[in-house]
Amino acid sequence: MSRKFNTGYYVSEGVHSIFTHGFMSFAAVCMIVACLIIMGSFTLLAANLDNTLGDLESENEMLVYIDDALTQDQARMLQPTLAQVDNVSQLTFVTKENALADYKAKHNDNIAVLEDLPNEALRDRYRVHVYDIERMADTQAALEQVPGVAWVRAAIEIADGFVMVRNIATGVAMVLIGILLIISLFIIANTIKLATFYRREEIAIMKMCGATDGFIEWPFVVEGILLGLTGALIAFFAQWGLYQMVAKFAIQGNGLSLVNMISYSSMATTILAVFCGVGVFIGVVGSLFAIRKFLQV
Amino acid sequence: MIRFIDVQKEYDNGTKALKGVSVRIDDGEFVFLVGPSGSGKSTLIKLITAEIAPTEGRVMVNGFNLNNITPRQVPQMRRTLGVIFQDFRLIEKKSVYDNLAFAMRAIGASNRELRRRIPYVLQLVGLDQKGDRFPGQLSGGEQQRVAIARALVNNPSMIIADEPTGNLDPQRSLEIMMLLERINELGTTVLVVTHEKNLVNRFNKRVVTIENGRLISDETGGYYNVEKV
Ligand SMILES: Nc1ncnc2c1ncn2[C@@H]1O[C@H](COP(=O)(O)OP(=O)(O)O)[C@@H](O)[C@H]1O
Ligand SMILES: [Mg+2]
Repeated sequence: MSRKFNTGYYVSEGVHSIFTHGFMSFAAVCMIVACLIIMGSFTLLAANLDNTLGDLESENEMLVYIDDALTQDQARMLQPTLAQVDNVSQLTFVTKENALADYKAKHNDNIAVLEDLPNEALRDRYRVHVYDIERMADTQAALEQVPGVAWVRAAIEIADGFVMVRNIATGVAMVLIGILLIISLFIIANTIKLATFYRREEIAIMKMCGATDGFIEWPFVVEGILLGLTGALIAFFAQWGLYQMVAKFAIQGNGLSLVNMISYSSMATTILAVFCGVGVFIGVVGSLFAIRKFLQV
Repeated sequence: MIRFIDVQKEYDNGTKALKGVSVRIDDGEFVFLVGPSGSGKSTLIKLITAEIAPTEGRVMVNGFNLNNITPRQVPQMRRTLGVIFQDFRLIEKKSVYDNLAFAMRAIGASNRELRRRIPYVLQLVGLDQKGDRFPGQLSGGEQQRVAIARALVNNPSMIIADEPTGNLDPQRSLEIMMLLERINELGTTVLVVTHEKNLVNRFNKRVVTIENGRLISDETGGYYNVEKV
């Protein structure tokens, strides 16, 4: 007897099985679609917040004010030392003359304002950009340790706020993904359990004839994989539509363009791959669980 | 070849179905296993097919030692057996031909092997004209012939039948027994469980009698006579 792996047989049995209990299969696919979309939405939200955070990192600068006791040449000499501080990505020296000119320009040479000019406006300073906005407070402290630095001004609150929102979104996404994965697995396992129940007589006959466990199990695993993949494909396109809708809404309602949305098409391959991966994973694990628990081959 | 050495079987609920049975069936034999209802006949059959494991004693089937058989070997062992039940156990929504094809595909047979083997087996059981019928369109006797054909289709060395005539009238029962006798003459070992005394006594075969979980007689050319004990 031939011993080749009979893919055609397993697939046709798997497909046939799906349609013999169509309603349950339909319900399982719907659940997978729902789970993937919820997972996807939160992951996309987290990804967009992370992206915005990246923008913030490049826009958000700290000002490192140099001690008055130092001459301008001495202040310039600090550049290599400051550049070595951890997390510093970019460093620009600004003389107090330039700073004052900028300030005047901004305030239309208003004498009254000039009179109230804060002291630090007359100091030499560096504009500093960081790699990682989450570590901004540490970087600020480290910069202040450098001899010759008077003090460092940083908009830590804005950075902290964004980091917190991003972390919450990521946390919620993780928890939801965990819960929904378990629900999806449960649904698939139940669908496959039902499938094994429908076919219990055939399974008994196959066992009696000397069919191997693998031969009996494979069609059910294939069925699980097909359900998972179908759900993944539907979810991919539904997610696309949903994302476009939200993107349109966000652009209209967000004049400040604080949130800069990533385009779906730039992520499409990744999303499709992840959805299919999750779908196959749910299908395989769910069906194997059902087989081990209910088939008892 | 089947060999039981002092086999005991106690079910989980404490029922002692077999209380020390030793018996040997050689290749090519035809054996009736008889005894009243509840005496342990089906238990003995299930031990042979490895559906259940013995509580005590040794069981050998066609070269497999069932006391330490691995899960992977069980299907291989079962391929040496063809099993027939009282209730036929055919797949109602498959034709006669497809029922046999299903059994062959279960052990990985190719379509070419199916096309060669199935017509031969159907002709052997006298159903060569009924391959495209469904079980519901056949009489009880014909359905049991399909079941026999299915048991034979993978060319086992032994046929095991647990009360194959329990649902049939005396004439059909006799025909089924004669078919099994014919199969035995073609070289297959046959073990038939029954409690139909008249049927057994029409054949001149070895009769193994068990009662209350014990083997009480084993006579070649013997007959079913529980009363004599
Ligand atoms: N799965 C089981 N669990 C508990 N007791 C069982 C089981 N199967 C059979 N028995 C008991 O074992 C005894 C022998 O049963 P069985 O082998 O089916 O007898 P027979 O086939 O000769 O009628 C009976 O008392 C029966 O009730
Ligand atoms: Mg019985």
